[in-house]
Amino acid sequence: MTTTHQPTTPFDMGGIGHSVRRKEDDRFIQGAGRYLDDIQLPGMLHMAILRSPIAHGRILSIDASEAEAMDGVVAVVTGEMLAAHDLAWMPTLSGDTQAVLATDKVRYQGQEVAAVIATDPYIARDAVSAIFVDYEELPAITSPQQALEEGAVLIRDEKEGQTDNVAYTWEAGDREATDEAFAKADLVVTLDTHYPRSHPAPLETCGVVADVDPATGEATIYLTSQAPHAHRTLFAIVAGLPEEKIRIISPDIGGGFGNKVPIYPGYVVATAASLLIGKPVKWVESRSENLISTGFARDFHMHGELALTADGKILGLRASILSDQGAFYADAQPTRFRAGLFHICTGSYDFGAAHVAAKGAFTNKAPGGVAYRCSFRVTEASYLIERLVQNAAYELGMDPAEFRMKNFIRPEQFPYLSPTGFVYDSGDYHTALRKAMEMIDYEGWRRRQREPHPEGKLIGIGIASFTEVVGAGNSRTYDIAGLKMIDSAELRIHPTGKAILKLGVKSQGQGHETTFAQIVAEELGIPFSDVKVQEGDTDNTPYGLGTYASRSTPVAGAATAVVARQIREKARRLAAHLLEASPDDLEWEPGRFFVKGVPDKGVTIQEIAFAAYTDFPEDMEAGLEGVHYYDPPNMTYPFGSYIVVVEVDPEDGTWKVLDMVAVDDCGVRINPMIVEGQITGGLTEGFAKANMQWITFDENGNCIGSNFLDYLVPTAWETPRFRLGETVTPSPHHPIGAKGVGESATVGSPAAYVNAVIDALWSKGVRNIDMPVLPHRVWGALNGVEVAP
Amino acid sequence: MEVTVTVNGVEYRRETEPRRLLVDFIRTDLGLTGTHIGCDTTSCGACTVLLDGVPVKSCTMFAVQANGHELTTVEGLRRDGELSPVQAAFKEHHGLQCGFCTPGMMLVATALLGANPDPTEDEVRWALSGNICRCTGYANIVKAIQSAAATMHEGVRA
Repeated sequence: MTTTHQPTTPFDMGGIGHSVRRKEDDRFIQGAGRYLDDIQLPGMLHMAILRSPIAHGRILSIDASEAEAMDGVVAVVTGEMLAAHDLAWMPTLSGDTQAVLATDKVRYQGQEVAAVIATDPYIARDAVSAIFVDYEELPAITSPQQALEEGAVLIRDEKEGQTDNVAYTWEAGDREATDEAFAKADLVVTLDTHYPRSHPAPLETCGVVADVDPATGEATIYLTSQAPHAHRTLFAIVAGLPEEKIRIISPDIGGGFGNKVPIYPGYVVATAASLLIGKPVKWVESRSENLISTGFARDFHMHGELALTADGKILGLRASILSDQGAFYADAQPTRFRAGLFHICTGSYDFGAAHVAAKGAFTNKAPGGVAYRCSFRVTEASYLIERLVQNAAYELGMDPAEFRMKNFIRPEQFPYLSPTGFVYDSGDYHTALRKAMEMIDYEGWRRRQREPHPEGKLIGIGIASFTEVVGAGNSRTYDIAGLKMIDSAELRIHPTGKAILKLGVKSQGQGHETTFAQIVAEELGIPFSDVKVQEGDTDNTPYGLGTYASRSTPVAGAATAVVARQIREKARRLAAHLLEASPDDLEWEPGRFFVKGVPDKGVTIQEIAFAAYTDFPEDMEAGLEGVHYYDPPNMTYPFGSYIVVVEVDPEDGTWKVLDMVAVDDCGVRINPMIVEGQITGGLTEGFAKANMQWITFDENGNCIGSNFLDYLVPTAWETPRFRLGETVTPSPHHPIGAKGVGESATVGSPAAYVNAVIDALWSKGVRNIDMPVLPHRVWGALNGVEVAP
Repeated sequence: MEVTVTVNGVEYRRETEPRRLLVDFIRTDLGLTGTHIGCDTTSCGACTVLLDGVPVKSCTMFAVQANGHELTTVEGLRRDGELSPVQAAFKEHHGLQCGFCTPGMMLVATALLGANPDPTEDEVRWALSGNICRCTGYANIVKAIQSAAATMHEGVRA
């Protein structure tokens, strides 16, 4: 562990560790970004989707005649029409199938039933309201517990062999060893909590412009996609189109957060419509469509148990999960892991045994299960263990910081094999927590907490010391829909010493055009401003699995460093040729090779690049470029300690953040400014989930949270102020020691906020309040009154 | 109906349906796509433009209501080939990530600093409370706006 990483390049060169300003900003601050909805093609038609108003029902009839007769309507597409082309159903990312347009039943409110293609978006929406559908309503199942009751109506009656509403069962860890650990325990602490359904809600909704050329059959599909290459392959498989005739272009993306990983029915319908009509078709979700039908996250009902010794050591963890999958099992996650990477739930603690049993249920809600700013269910795992350790400390009469220090994995134990099979690469948890405690004056707040508050308010202090697992693969263990989780980088140095770097990942605001150029600057000494970074176009970038689960820096960042180093080795041979020296006699400094002991005798990378096209040895291939596919040897394990101080008003149950510090360790920081920006955004999203942001349903399956008036996201006014700190524990297996950071704060912070509120209320007997910790829930818990959800 | 509006100093005269939203008129009919659509319910502020200098959400106005008025969109912030102090400060202080909310944020900031050249942090946050950002957590947006205010003061003194 070090406290900071010292740059080795000058600021203007912009290598690793420099907070250079972002290259992509110039177009965004001038309104010149090019997002999906900005794309206008000649002759382009517009699509609008008719959605189910009910949560569960059989479709008796669809009458589209009035819509079809309207001026400007080109076509109305129904599930039956798609079925004729074998496109009414499509595979999900978890091996289930999902209706594209419903043919038999609707299974959630907002499900796609029909689509109108028209010359104008206003006409398309008018026509949607002129389609009449008769439904025979069926009982709606709105919780996984209800779904598993004896005699519950079968949601997936079309699925061969499916006789109940179970979507999957899965387990991890060692059940017997865990039972043994619990048999030895002096004390067992339990927690039952629901991590509620949430939605990533990027400010730009999802959309597509499908442009199939009727003459050539070539399909150019502009898509709000976090994973354009994987999407092209899946389009090829689903639609049976030859892959070389599909070109996915993911333009500027207005936030993704996992929402833009799956393939949605609207994409498929628009593409099919363009294919059949021979004109470009655009579909862009409304906000309500986005919130009710695409990409939900979380919705885990969790039961956790910690086995403890009387002197405060953890012996084992048992967790059982019931997940609410909605009507289709569509989690975007690696194939082998049916509850994502939830089994990272042993967190930052060293103990011998753990067991996780997970079961998912179909309900009459939208499918999704996306990793919302999270590496496949890591946030649920982190939330459970961090809530449990606080409760365990209190039950043992210990301070929660002291309890953590006593049970943390120690620095000398890394690489550390966890009881569920992860190999943690590096960490120093004690230092991070100690630093956070110093920054916030932990002891001082504990003293203030004990003093009587003049207005009768309650002070609470909450800690979360999370460990994430990010950057999937390796390829042996991790794939999505069979595609191994590698990523790649292609780097070409032009004769004038400028460069282009092409990547299979795709930025949605993370600043790739800057940070990946900084990696090249670090490795080759070419100023970051001279390196153009290209992403998103499958015709012009090498293959990759895309940007989600904090994998861009761990995987594509590593690929970039490796290919740059390969190019540097060729540059060394070119330099040797130019300097008439042996390659072994050359020394590298940022941007330049020189003869050992003769610093004046050298050539710059720009001179070498020119020679690669103008003056290269006879036995050498011309050019200076390369491509590398990186298969990570292991994942990376970012960690940190967050401490929140809240003040709860027992009169009305409201709470506010008085102070918060976040000490993050994501290994080496490529651009500290960008890292801190991502952490601040993530802390805000964590606050949102703890405080206000959730999607729920009434007993009929009506979605509550279908717009930004009901689905509350924090503005500048509600958002707390944060103070950030860092430690640096490089990843030993990553070429530049970086670990990934985009999701740390969303993963780590929710437990810190909730722990703080519970800390304030513990002496009043409150042991749990589910998120979001709404004022009436706090008031109800304080007063022992059952309140509405 | 015929609508005449001045956008970023240029007068446009167009035929439009009475029900056409101002945001669609700006984006599609005038081709100024820097103004974005984020929610359709006046909640997020991605579509914010200035109407006679005052921030309005263009998803909740009809184009015909802008008849005879002056509009400023993000494309009009740059003057005489120079970024405005607000634009420059957003870049300098990393006040944006995906960039989708940025035009609306910058227009609100421009109007705020026109009315209140030296806002406190709370005043900035209150002014921004009709605009949602999902990436930044707002801290750097607030910092950028306060820095732009300082730059504009220097400009006045110089």
